[in-house]
Amino acid sequence: MGLFQKHQALERHSLLLTVGILVVVAIGGLVEIAPLFYLENTIEKVQGMRPYTPLELAGRNIYIREGCYTCHSQMVRPLRDEVERYGHYSLAAESMYDHPFQWGSKRTGPDLARVGRKYSNEWHLDHMTNPRSVVPESIMPPYAFLSDNTLHFDDIADHLKTLRFEGVPYTDDMIENAKADLVAQVDPDADYDSQDALVARYEEASGRKGTITIGDFDGDRTRVTEMDAVIAYLQMTGTLVDFSTYEADDLSNRR
Amino acid sequence: MSDEKTEYDPHSGVETTGHSWDGIKELNNPLPRWWLIVWYATIFWAIVYTILMPAWPSLPGLGGTNTPGLLGKSDRAEVAQEVSTMRSERGVASQKLMSASLVEIQNDLNLQQFAMAMGESAFGDNCATCHGSGGRGAKGYPMLADDVWLWDGTLDGIEQTIRHGIRHDSDELTRMSAMPAFGRDNLLSSGEIDDLVQHVLSFSGRQTDTDAAARGSVLFASQCVSCHGADAKGNRAVGAPNLTDADWLFGGEPADIRATITNARNAHMPAWQGRLDDPTIKALAVYVHSLGGGE
Repeated sequence: MGLFQKHQALERHSLLLTVGILVVVAIGGLVEIAPLFYLENTIEKVQGMRPYTPLELAGRNIYIREGCYTCHSQMVRPLRDEVERYGHYSLAAESMYDHPFQWGSKRTGPDLARVGRKYSNEWHLDHMTNPRSVVPESIMPPYAFLSDNTLHFDDIADHLKTLRFEGVPYTDDMIENAKADLVAQVDPDADYDSQDALVARYEEASGRKGTITIGDFDGDRTRVTEMDAVIAYLQMTGTLVDFSTYEADDLSNRR
Repeated sequence: MSDEKTEYDPHSGVETTGHSWDGIKELNNPLPRWWLIVWYATIFWAIVYTILMPAWPSLPGLGGTNTPGLLGKSDRAEVAQEVSTMRSERGVASQKLMSASLVEIQNDLNLQQFAMAMGESAFGDNCATCHGSGGRGAKGYPMLADDVWLWDGTLDGIEQTIRHGIRHDSDELTRMSAMPAFGRDNLLSSGEIDDLVQHVLSFSGRQTDTDAAARGSVLFASQCVSCHGADAKGNRAVGAPNLTDADWLFGGEPADIRATITNARNAHMPAWQGRLDDPTIKALAVYVHSLGGGE
């Protein structure tokens, strides 16, 4: 009971008790939070990850605006059946430039982490215009209006800047040319110089060739629509990491 | 407290703590013993758990991996193990399937069943999204259950198409051809396209303007025969469809044909090599081949 006697000192002096509480809470916080800032093994070392191109980023913003994440997760879990169906399980590195990430466990629709390049652009257009036209049993609502909405991207450079503040490695060059890059990616008839410049900028960040798809995504060459942006985003999901160089058996990648 | 005399509350008969504020005395109702035991047990279990399972992160400069735990548990290692177990269970049949010819598969009931089961489940997840369940197709997505083939309807041909796709730009062996967008790229005038539409309709006896169809035949000879053939029956080497039959992938009405000539179609099928493993691709080829029109 000696300990309880000593405890009386704390219980009878409110200031001392406050200091004591602060110390205890700080210990808990340090143990739980501090390691995350210096841990080297929370994000795998992979080749191929790059920041989103301006068009993909615009598409991602629409994906979030429309609440796609309420029915679709973007996280293939390390379970046999999921790996069989969707492909390699998702890595932390694959969402390191996501603010916010699109993980989740509620799937009304299928997981979209690896939907990139699985279907054609035409399919995505048909499917979003009227999901039942290609998947009769689908309960997804139609998003045909995305084809009607002209994409507003006057502020796209600011989006890049904001993400750089969050730690996404956008270069000055990328931010300066954000609008030009967006237009170059969606117009197959754009001059080759601006397309090459876009590819060069983002492939350098990726360290890998062939991660950027240029094209008219929605079949309407006269203008840039929100549909263009969303399809461009979907077609790159899960395609960046070069799994031929990823060492899944490395101890630091086992978890 | 221990030096104070134990006092009981006369009303409830519970021991008091001896603390008294403004004449109100605090009763000492300790936590039930069973509850305390469970609580201490969970604390003990938490410590045991961090020893058995991956838990403690490394401190800076100590290599950067967490403690692996005595059990060496790893979700990622487990899934790798499960997938390889699954592959080896399929292994013998898969290997047999990979090297078997069409006739061998048709003559070996077990092998055929294996391929069909694997093909059907892979088709449902990966192919039915475009080609429809059972390969019934839709506008813009070829029907696989009939004997009309744009490219190649043999088992090997189907496997090649699944493996490398059609107009899939990142695959060097993909099936490639490109119909020009005659209208969009100003290769033909609007009037010329109307004539051409009439000529194409005449292959199935549906022309409404014979003069236009006649003018269209000249254009057809100069612009279209290199792929669709002089008899307009198409050419599978370049995926050019037969224009004389009743099968129209993108619609056979005059407006559809006009849209096709104006903007071209050049549909894209993704390559599945890399996404699906080799036995699955072969099984899919066997399944598609069996849907109705395999050659």
